[in-house]
Amino acid sequence: MINGISINLYLLLSAVLFCIGAIGVMARRNTIILFMCIELMLNAVNLLLVAFSCLHKDATGQVFVFFVMAVAASEVAVGLAILSMIYRKKRSIDTALLQNLKH
Amino acid sequence: MNLLGYSLHQWVFGVLSFITIVFALMVVFSRNPVNSVLYLVLTFFGIAGHYLLLNAQFLAIVHIAVYAGAIMVLFLFVIMLMNLNADDEPQKTMSSKIIAGVLGGLLLFVIVGVLRQTAQILPQTQGAADIGLVKTLGMVLFNEFLFPFEIISILLLAALVGAIMIGKRETTESKL
Repeated sequence: MINGISINLYLLLSAVLFCIGAIGVMARRNTIILFMCIELMLNAVNLLLVAFSCLHKDATGQVFVFFVMAVAASEVAVGLAILSMIYRKKRSIDTALLQNLKH
Repeated sequence: MNLLGYSLHQWVFGVLSFITIVFALMVVFSRNPVNSVLYLVLTFFGIAGHYLLLNAQFLAIVHIAVYAGAIMVLFLFVIMLMNLNADDEPQKTMSSKIIAGVLGGLLLFVIVGVLRQTAQILPQTQGAADIGLVKTLGMVLFNEFLFPFEIISILLLAALVGAIMIGKRETTESKL
């Protein structure tokens, strides 16, 4: 219990957020939306890390969230750079067009 | 303070969770990418509220500054540069959307089912309550996690250089 809220509720909330992100990755074709859904999944995990860090009164979980944030920031920076490069060449960011590795 | 048998903390948790999940759904289902970005910012504010509720004040501020302030602005800039409209956005077929929804629901089902089988989670230690403050986090970060911290700085530098190298307009013939 954290402030009268069961940890199970945090587990459920994180699972729901993660699944919404996963559905977004599967259901959309716009690559930018895909990136945003990945951010959503990362944030679901971050929320759970902070919840457990608060439950166990251990700061390690919150430090780990810092590292996840830094990795997410670099991922987004490089990913969006690649995306704008693809857009410059193909004039589209549809995932259905990015099939060069298939052939 | 009690309302309908629930404490103030539980009410705040419920409202924040509702806001977070509703806006997260709207990120996925909104047609316009710009609207998606704005809904994602609101989702992040909901998550920052959860951090405040969990006594992680510093992380809440960093979360708003990094995600809502930096990353989402980056998304917004890229969307504006690409000039994407909702009308010409290619849509997946209805069947694959339904399959995606079913698969996501099954994933949630599996996660919840597995978590229900685990033993009751109990607090391991009884430490100080103010672990979310800058002082405590800084002590842990610069004592126990000094080496990972330096590695992360190298990662950020590499990402910076990589983003500039990739995004640079090539003057010569492309080698790709």
